[in-house]
Amino acid sequence: MDVVKTPQQAAVTVEPPPGEPVPAIELVKIAKTFSSRRGIVTAVDAIDLVIGEGEFFSLLGPSGCGKTTTLRMIGGFEEPTEGQILLYGDDVVGVPPNHRDVNMVFQSYALFPHMSVFENVAFGLRRKAVSKAETKARVGDMLDLVQLDGKSDRRPRELSGGQQQRVALARALVNRPRALLLDEPLAALDLKLRQAMQLELKRIQREVGITFVFVTHDQNEALTMSDRLVVMNAGRIEQLGSPREVYEHPRTRFVAGFIGTSNLITGRVRAMDGSTALLEAAADECLVVPEAASAGAGVGRDLDVTVRPEKIVISEDRPGSGRCAIRGRVAEVVYLGTSTQYAVATAGGTELSVFVQNASDADDIAGRGADVWLSWRPDHSLALVTTQPAPAESRSDLSGGNQ
Amino acid sequence: MSTLISPQAGRQTTSRPDRAGRRPRRRWLLPLWSWLVIAWLASPIIVMIVFGFNDTTGKFNIRWQGFTLRWYRDLFTIPDLTQALENSLTIAVIVTVLATIMGTLLGVALGRYRFRGSGSINLLMFANIAAPEVVLGAALLSLFLTVGVPRGYWTIVIAQVMFSIAYVAVTVRARMAGLDPSLEEAARDLGAGPYATFFRVTLPSIMPGVLAGALLTCALSIDDFIITSFNAGNTVTFPLWVYGASRTGVPPQVNVMGTLIFMLGVLLALVGVVYNRRKV
Repeated sequence: MDVVKTPQQAAVTVEPPPGEPVPAIELVKIAKTFSSRRGIVTAVDAIDLVIGEGEFFSLLGPSGCGKTTTLRMIGGFEEPTEGQILLYGDDVVGVPPNHRDVNMVFQSYALFPHMSVFENVAFGLRRKAVSKAETKARVGDMLDLVQLDGKSDRRPRELSGGQQQRVALARALVNRPRALLLDEPLAALDLKLRQAMQLELKRIQREVGITFVFVTHDQNEALTMSDRLVVMNAGRIEQLGSPREVYEHPRTRFVAGFIGTSNLITGRVRAMDGSTALLEAAADECLVVPEAASAGAGVGRDLDVTVRPEKIVISEDRPGSGRCAIRGRVAEVVYLGTSTQYAVATAGGTELSVFVQNASDADDIAGRGADVWLSWRPDHSLALVTTQPAPAESRSDLSGGNQ
Repeated sequence: MSTLISPQAGRQTTSRPDRAGRRPRRRWLLPLWSWLVIAWLASPIIVMIVFGFNDTTGKFNIRWQGFTLRWYRDLFTIPDLTQALENSLTIAVIVTVLATIMGTLLGVALGRYRFRGSGSINLLMFANIAAPEVVLGAALLSLFLTVGVPRGYWTIVIAQVMFSIAYVAVTVRARMAGLDPSLEEAARDLGAGPYATFFRVTLPSIMPGVLAGALLTCALSIDDFIITSFNAGNTVTFPLWVYGASRTGVPPQVNVMGTLIFMLGVLLALVGVVYNRRKV
């Protein structure tokens, strides 16, 4: 299995030895192409993915990256052009959605407008000819779980967006699926409600213990809710890992830019010491970049490096050696409430963002136009893979080496 | 013009301050215009209803001669007219059922899927609706003559189903186009097979369109004259009988039957409105 592995993941699900429980969902070299008038469009490009039982797993990426197509293939609404989809070890390619033991929460909720809340939630159980008494009990329990008890006679249109969302969730969960697929279910809600529903979804997932596969383009949502996530771009997986791994150690330029505010510094590698590179960011300024070899760094070649804005310290005086340091001039100061964002133009011509927490003694570190030093710990310099997804071995090396 | 301006521009025009200033002058204009149109539309119907109560003695029912309920009592005293009405009503029921089923299936297909030939079918339906009835009627007659089908009750049914399907399909297609495709996917996802999905989710969702198409078909069938007259053979329907009688004088029973058919239509329309209000 050519998936990205980290020690933690291996402990959870990846490649279980014989005798261990099989993973909930396994995608094997799955690909989907659509033929359009302009030719063949590749929506999903040979993805391998293993999702463990009981995981809250997110597919994160910009629109058109293939995340929804991937989800719809798991649900059975699209058939893959190539590859296998294993649900608890059984290949379900070609099995229609009504015979797949997964349920989906749709972006538009897709509640049946001509049915009451109760009838909506009971729909799946009635199809399976579950007895009347059991249906009533299970629907009741589920409406309790999503805190909609007492609303069972309402029509969907009489409910608020958040309540409709809960009905959609209850309607899917009441069938006790082996996995729940969620296609941007919170996208239509306003910010406050969305944040509340994020926590609510986490709570429900913990209570029912069902595997959740969650599609979103909202990085905060994915970071907040997921046990693990993949970042997708152009039909491929850019990176797989826990939210912390993906945020703290973005592997590619794309991931660094898509998740959080990225600061990209490009420079020429002057020297290599083991796997650590010495990067020339500007005249007489060198940055120490650990773990650069696995990103393809070599002496005399260009290397992209990113630093998270909250890792950078602004100071007037040159910081001590042992820190990566770079000179710049403050171009903009934006007050953000809990923090202040500084945009600093460096001597090398790039602009870096710096977040400074607004602690009581943090007033006016620097004003616009001030010349400052930016510094950070060398291990916060992250070398990025610039090329398109590298072979699997180097991916494993990188994520493994970052532990 | 309104299609060219952006939504924001549209919103701006409605909230333009001078609109409020013009409002008082317009307050009576719109109701007046509406009532004028309604009067125009309703006057022939009112005349028809009123003259069904006319105590006429001559052949022609055009001069008011006093009130009577006699024509309601003697409604079925003209055997040919009774037979014609019976033909019209039974044909209407058969045509409505057939055309609604076929038109609904066609509308669902056209509204949901793009398939080889769907463009041509759309064009054909439009042509069917737009073509002059006299052309359709004459063409169908020549077809029946060529093939050697004896004209009569069932050729009327075939002819009317033919021109009704397009109306049902168009209304259902519009309804289908506005239907969220994920509704059907959700039904499949929850374990419903294709048939259960259609009957429990798709059909209830497009029911208003289906009913509208059925009502339209029923109305078109009962009052169709042109196409029916070409293909009726010796069978006489209500409109054909009335047309024939108009040369010698239309008996008041025709007004009474017209009134009853109109009432039935109004009733069906009201049922449709109530159904739509309650269901969706």
